[in-house]
Amino acid sequence: MKHLYSAACALLVSSALFLTSCKENKKLPVYGLRETKTIKNADGSAGVDTIYQTIPAFKLLNQDSVYITNDHFKGKIYIADFFFTSCTSICPIMHRNLKTIYDKFQDNPDVLFLSHTIDFKYDTPSVLKKYAKKLGVDGPKWQFVYGPKDTVYTLAEKSYLVAVMQDSTNRDGYVHQGFLVLIDKDKKIRGAYDGTNPEQVAQLMKDIPVLLAEDNKADKK
Amino acid sequence: MRKSIITLLFLSTLTGIFYSCQTAERIQQDAYYVNGRDLYIKHCQNCHGANGEGLGELAPPLTDTVYLKENKTQLACFIKNGLSAPVTVHGKVYEGKMPDLNMADIDLAQVIVYITNSFGNKQGMYSTEQIAADLKKCK
Repeated sequence: MKHLYSAACALLVSSALFLTSCKENKKLPVYGLRETKTIKNADGSAGVDTIYQTIPAFKLLNQDSVYITNDHFKGKIYIADFFFTSCTSICPIMHRNLKTIYDKFQDNPDVLFLSHTIDFKYDTPSVLKKYAKKLGVDGPKWQFVYGPKDTVYTLAEKSYLVAVMQDSTNRDGYVHQGFLVLIDKDKKIRGAYDGTNPEQVAQLMKDIPVLLAEDNKADKK
Repeated sequence: MRKSIITLLFLSTLTGIFYSCQTAERIQQDAYYVNGRDLYIKHCQNCHGANGEGLGELAPPLTDTVYLKENKTQLACFIKNGLSAPVTVHGKVYEGKMPDLNMADIDLAQVIVYITNSFGNKQGMYSTEQIAADLKKCK
């Protein structure tokens, strides 16, 4: 009888723990550099605010030869990556995985996609358009953008924290990291996932609803 | 009862022995298949997919058994030298460029054995000698 009682107690405690752990609101971390700023609170006292790294304003040509700026992503979350159309190594697998995510969130207007080409010589908007069509992507949800080398490479390394470079010793001519970078409504980096790793891609798929839920809650406040 | 169990055991052992014996050619084909799978994962899977499903209209699937059968003697050329001419697979035209992978004859034979015996294909063995002959006829 005593055993039964303690067993019941243990069950109760563990189930209580289990329930509370479920209720906890999951939040994604914020990546990138950050700095602090002294601010004045509403009541006049001094406080400290954290300034997070954000994606700066950009203006790049998309697959329809139309300029795309930050405004396109206003109030949306998006996944950004860097690739080039003639890439034979990691890009096909990255975009195969990203396409799966694209298909899953096809009907969700709050999730967008942005692929930057790093082949500034060959990947003109018309080439990007053809590539997108062949991948099975149409419409403004997934943007493929083209820009001058400096602009795109600086954006990659300084803002999205993805290494890209020209490499004459590589048979494709360019090398880059295969990260899929998750950006929130405030242009902050909330995750980076290796687009060639199925586990990390699955994690990204799980994290997108978490980020969406987080933003919806902030709206209600 | 006991007798029948013993007979059953004996018979199943016999059939086991019988089926574990394979012809030398079959063993070689299996070896090629296994090595070919490693090569496929390394060189082909990125574009053609883990199940040979292809990638949109960028890379054709490898599930068109008729195409692979009719063009078998050209496969070595495609893989070794790349391909920029359009191909029609499953009735769809694919225009993308395939890179040249410049593999040795034995590797070509192994990867071709893997592809032509996976994804619904079942074409059996393909030897290094056949590859060498095919490569001489590359366009």
